[in-house]
Amino acid sequence: MATQQSVGQAGRLVLHLTVNGETADVLAPPAATLLEVLRESLGLTGTKHGCELGECGLCTVLVDGTPLLACLLLAVEMEGRQIATVEGLADGTRLAPLQEAFRELGAAQCGYCTPGMLMAATHLLATVPSPTEGQIREALSGNLCRCTGYTKIVDAVGLAARRMEGEDR
Amino acid sequence: MLRLPPFEYLRPRTVAEAAEMLAAHDGRAMAMAGGSDLLPKMKRGQIEPAYLIGLRGLPEMAGISAEPDGSLRIGAGQTLAEVCEDPAVAASAPALATAARSVSTPQLRAAGTLGGNVMVDTRCTYYDQTYEWRRSLGFCFKKDGDRCPLAPGGSRCWSISSSDTVPVLIALAASATLTGPAGSRTVPLEDLYADDGLIPVRKAPAEILTSILIPPAGGRRATYWKLRRRESFDFPILGVAVALDLRDGVVASARIILGAVASHPVRATAAEDLLTGRPLTEEAIEEAAKVASNPARPLDNADLEHYWRKRMSRVYVRRALRELAGSAPDQSQGSSKLRR
Amino acid sequence: MSDEPLRLVGRPLPRVDAAGKVTGQTRYTDDMSLPGMLHARIRRSDRPHARLVRVDTGRAAGLRGVHAVLTGTDLPVKYGILPVSQDERALALDKVRYVGDPIAAVAAVDERTADEALRLIEVEYEDLPAVLSVQEALAPVGDGDRIHERSERGNIQRSFAFDFGPVEEGFQAADIIRDDVFFYGGNTHLAMEPHCAIAEATPDGRLTLWSSTQVPHYLHRALAHVLGLPADRIRVIAAPVGGGFGGKSDIFAHEFVAAKLSMLTGRPVKAALTREESFYCHRGRHPVLMQFRLGATSDGRITALESTTYLDGGAYGGHGVASTLYTGALQTTTYKVPAYRFRGLRGYTNKPACGPKRGHGTVQPRFALEVQLDKLAVDLGLSPAQLRRRQLVEENSRTVNWLRITSCGLRECLDRVVEASDFERKWGKLPSGRGIGLACSAFVSGSAEAIYRNDGPHTTVRLDVDRSGGVTAFCGETDIGQGSDTVLATCVAEVLGLSPGDIRLVTADTDLTPVALGSYSSRVTFMMGNAAIQAATRVRDILFRAVAAKLGVPAETLVAADGKISAGEASISLAEAAAEAEAMQGPISETGSYTPPDLAGPYRGSGVGPSPAYSYSACAVEVEVDPETGILTVDRVWVAHDGGRVMNPVLAEGQIEGSVYMGLGEVLMEEQAFRKQGLHRGPSLLDYKSPSALEMPPVQVILVETIDPEGPFGAKEAGQGPLLPVPPAVCNAIYDAVGVRIDETPVTPQKILRALERRGGEPRVGPGPVPEAPFRTAIHVDPPPGAPTLRSVIDRALTAKEA
Repeated sequence: MATQQSVGQAGRLVLHLTVNGETADVLAPPAATLLEVLRESLGLTGTKHGCELGECGLCTVLVDGTPLLACLLLAVEMEGRQIATVEGLADGTRLAPLQEAFRELGAAQCGYCTPGMLMAATHLLATVPSPTEGQIREALSGNLCRCTGYTKIVDAVGLAARRMEGEDR
Repeated sequence: MLRLPPFEYLRPRTVAEAAEMLAAHDGRAMAMAGGSDLLPKMKRGQIEPAYLIGLRGLPEMAGISAEPDGSLRIGAGQTLAEVCEDPAVAASAPALATAARSVSTPQLRAAGTLGGNVMVDTRCTYYDQTYEWRRSLGFCFKKDGDRCPLAPGGSRCWSISSSDTVPVLIALAASATLTGPAGSRTVPLEDLYADDGLIPVRKAPAEILTSILIPPAGGRRATYWKLRRRESFDFPILGVAVALDLRDGVVASARIILGAVASHPVRATAAEDLLTGRPLTEEAIEEAAKVASNPARPLDNADLEHYWRKRMSRVYVRRALRELAGSAPDQSQGSSKLRR
Repeated sequence: MSDEPLRLVGRPLPRVDAAGKVTGQTRYTDDMSLPGMLHARIRRSDRPHARLVRVDTGRAAGLRGVHAVLTGTDLPVKYGILPVSQDERALALDKVRYVGDPIAAVAAVDERTADEALRLIEVEYEDLPAVLSVQEALAPVGDGDRIHERSERGNIQRSFAFDFGPVEEGFQAADIIRDDVFFYGGNTHLAMEPHCAIAEATPDGRLTLWSSTQVPHYLHRALAHVLGLPADRIRVIAAPVGGGFGGKSDIFAHEFVAAKLSMLTGRPVKAALTREESFYCHRGRHPVLMQFRLGATSDGRITALESTTYLDGGAYGGHGVASTLYTGALQTTTYKVPAYRFRGLRGYTNKPACGPKRGHGTVQPRFALEVQLDKLAVDLGLSPAQLRRRQLVEENSRTVNWLRITSCGLRECLDRVVEASDFERKWGKLPSGRGIGLACSAFVSGSAEAIYRNDGPHTTVRLDVDRSGGVTAFCGETDIGQGSDTVLATCVAEVLGLSPGDIRLVTADTDLTPVALGSYSSRVTFMMGNAAIQAATRVRDILFRAVAAKLGVPAETLVAADGKISAGEASISLAEAAAEAEAMQGPISETGSYTPPDLAGPYRGSGVGPSPAYSYSACAVEVEVDPETGILTVDRVWVAHDGGRVMNPVLAEGQIEGSVYMGLGEVLMEEQAFRKQGLHRGPSLLDYKSPSALEMPPVQVILVETIDPEGPFGAKEAGQGPLLPVPPAVCNAIYDAVGVRIDETPVTPQKILRALERRGGEPRVGPGPVPEAPFRTAIHVDPPPGAPTLRSVIDRALTAKEA
């Protein structure tokens, strides 16, 4: 699992990271979190930060398919993992079913919690294709939102699930 | 953004190597598994290791397996999500699944490990704050200071034992295997904890918790009830773990452990003694619940009022006992829901 | 035009900015980066109240990677969002007034270096007595210990006292008088996006500031004032805002600091606040202690109301004077009140300043009134719905405090909520432990007065149409998540026969967009919508003239739809029409503006409350109380909202659901609370409790439509009003469930248990008697004609008795 790591200036390491299927070399110290590397080294600002302490869920990304908080992941431990962020959901300009459902139902108001919600929901639908409302809420229970009251977010996840199962066009 | 202070990151290949690294950097290194407790504390300046020893993926800490005698071994490196979804855990220690499932949020359960939750630092609303906040208040015993803001005249730290899995594991009479530079030792889990907010876990700095062993279920019924403001994110402000061995309605043995009411998980031994050898009637439950709450000493360093939290320990012990009185063996439920 | 069927308005269209938000492409302030950008961090006060004896930044300035350091001497000009309380500085100069008060700032190559530099700043304080509650603020204080040198008296910033109508007579005529005391706790906005600003000063003497702000225009003015730069050299751009709720409708230290640091270094400077710092910016819900006296006839009709409010204002004025007036102004907008005495005061305290949070200062007194009415209903053996029905205000009426009510769907809101929730069948009849509660409310659709004396329009929209038929709308208003961009596009597209996605939007940029006052007081749909319609109508008239000439038909027969302009079978595309029109009269560029009518009453202090239209809401909540633990669970919420014409049901529902969520958060768990050392008890997202997806009950939204005569297509607001009835409905439901009154927020299990244990005495938890405060003599104001009269209330009561 460990790959060649060379030490750069001032204790920085060269990290070989795979994000949304693309690999890049990043220069970062051990103390850099995945969140900082995504936003500040790779220019992927779709992943948001709200607290950096693991208390809000805004920075949820998928690591090998599992939703984790980028603010509490060391970039140095992310080599060899498949990292997925919101920027990787759409197929070119074609929105993924979850994104389309969020858009249609008004599940994004200020939009700041939306990337984290989408990543958590992506994992849910990949593992539970026809979730109940309770399962949707459980899956999103680690993501705070201050705008929507969660109602339309839950509705959108349900709609996307049905569409992906071919039930609702 | 809140950022981590600088440190060097070391990646051992075995637990023995990790223990050696910890010993070599004595006092300046910390082991990190999931990081969900350690990293926030580092960002707030509560812990400042010069070295982080990454335990992720170490083989000796992995796996969940049933032993030949029916006991369950869980590697300390298993995530809480893995623990609560594992069929072997569901079969022989469902109360542990309940406790694991109640921790924090889905994302943090997927990162946090059982070992991390078992070793989680004690918490306090005066301590779990940023450097600037603590500087404003004046530092405390637990970090950089020589007093406790909660009890200014006193000489001890009152931070709170905040694990969900520990009370359950103690109720299940689990044992813990630790590996240090000199080798491994296995001890009853409850022997690891001390009523001391500063050093709540009795282990050498270079020792690493590698696995937990839960004795065979053998007809034991167990449950875990968690109290907190919200049904997600929040640490327990009270945890009640109960394991009973019931034979024809009579309590052959009882273990009742209260979490989040002191600096250590509290065994309600008086309540246990009161129940042992008695039929588990409503009357017995009531007496036991009353006595069980005596050693609970919550203070004003957690969410919601501490007088209320103390009262709730009686209510929750009663509810946990009632649930077990009404349930079949190996059928724990427990609850972290707030509804009655 | 008002006769034509609407094609877009009322349809559940997706937001125009949705694609950016669901792909992560929308760029919020912290997502932006400029070449050479430095990072600013702010050193804040450790003390709640202290003189600054010494601030030594020498070591910080010498740290490698630090490019500039600021202290209070670098930004000495005082400011404040309201002209009457210019009591803040970007960096403290002589004293600090709360833990978190900014003292110094550094700009460095990265945040870590900046943070390190902050720790090298030496600060020496001389402690002063700290005041941490409004009761303490009322106490006498030595001149040297006052929080501000200028205030009405001691630590009382400002007080008001009004008598509207025959107050004494009204109480004398009452058959029953209730005195109640309530406390509404402080809480904060907790927008998911923390505050952030980026400043770029360029060698040509210009300054650009991007900020997550709701009020780019007010920020623009303040920057000019504080920095001493001409306003036309400053450009403020409001980046997309990740939640505001009023928390970004003030002007903040980090904005001035970023600007000044950029001016000093010649490099762009970003000031991104941490979550903890957002708690210190605050400007959230004032804690308010309230004493309410209500006089009523024996059948429950109000004869007189007296409300006295004490606001715990925090360390600075901010919007606070307006907040204070709001705690009185809207109490007469739902029920016929023939006599009303309002006294309110705001005290300075050594805590982060309070300000406008969703509903502004109307939330707290609405809580008090709706609970007090509930108590009255119980006293009189009436259902709370019945009691309210007896005296609902009517459309096209006046209040005793000179507010003008036009469209009013309150009755329908109440009726539909009662029906949907089956209120009458449940109230007083559910099994013990379960209960249902009811409340009503009203809110402004934009304040009729600007924050500063302003004779210009409150909003202007400029539309440019190019030869390819492309329409660009320039507007200063800011989308903070409420969907104002979508409303703008919809209004323009509706008039011009296009789709919202066809309209190019340039918003919230003081260089490019005409002045607009900003996203606060729920003014944007109403005022921007009207301006947009006016501008679009002017554009359409120009296009129609060109098409009429081209097709040889009268302009009145033309219709704009589907990107075409047609008369019967003949049609011409908008693009062609635009080209024709441009050839005829030159490029098409038209503005539309909106200025509210002059609605203030004939008395000082009447500027807060008047609005061109009021929205109305009613809410029922069903709860369960566990009498053993005191734990409250909200099972279901029904809310009906009259927001005038529904512009877009998806947007309206979203705002209503969000308002309900926020109301529940406030009554159940949110608390901006402090320890005795002036420290925030929990400035984090873990300790400050806001509901997760698991806490939200099902919410049934009922959209009630009135067509407001002055609203854009008849629309009113929907973004704040629906919050108001939720907290009192919850407390009223608790009473129905277990017979106890919680007369304060937030509700906690401990409070419910304590109240339950007081059965036999008074089963209530709430504040004790309110301190006597030295209010000035009340200004007496005669009510306007058309306002409810005491005579009419008593007559109606007599008639009802005889019936």
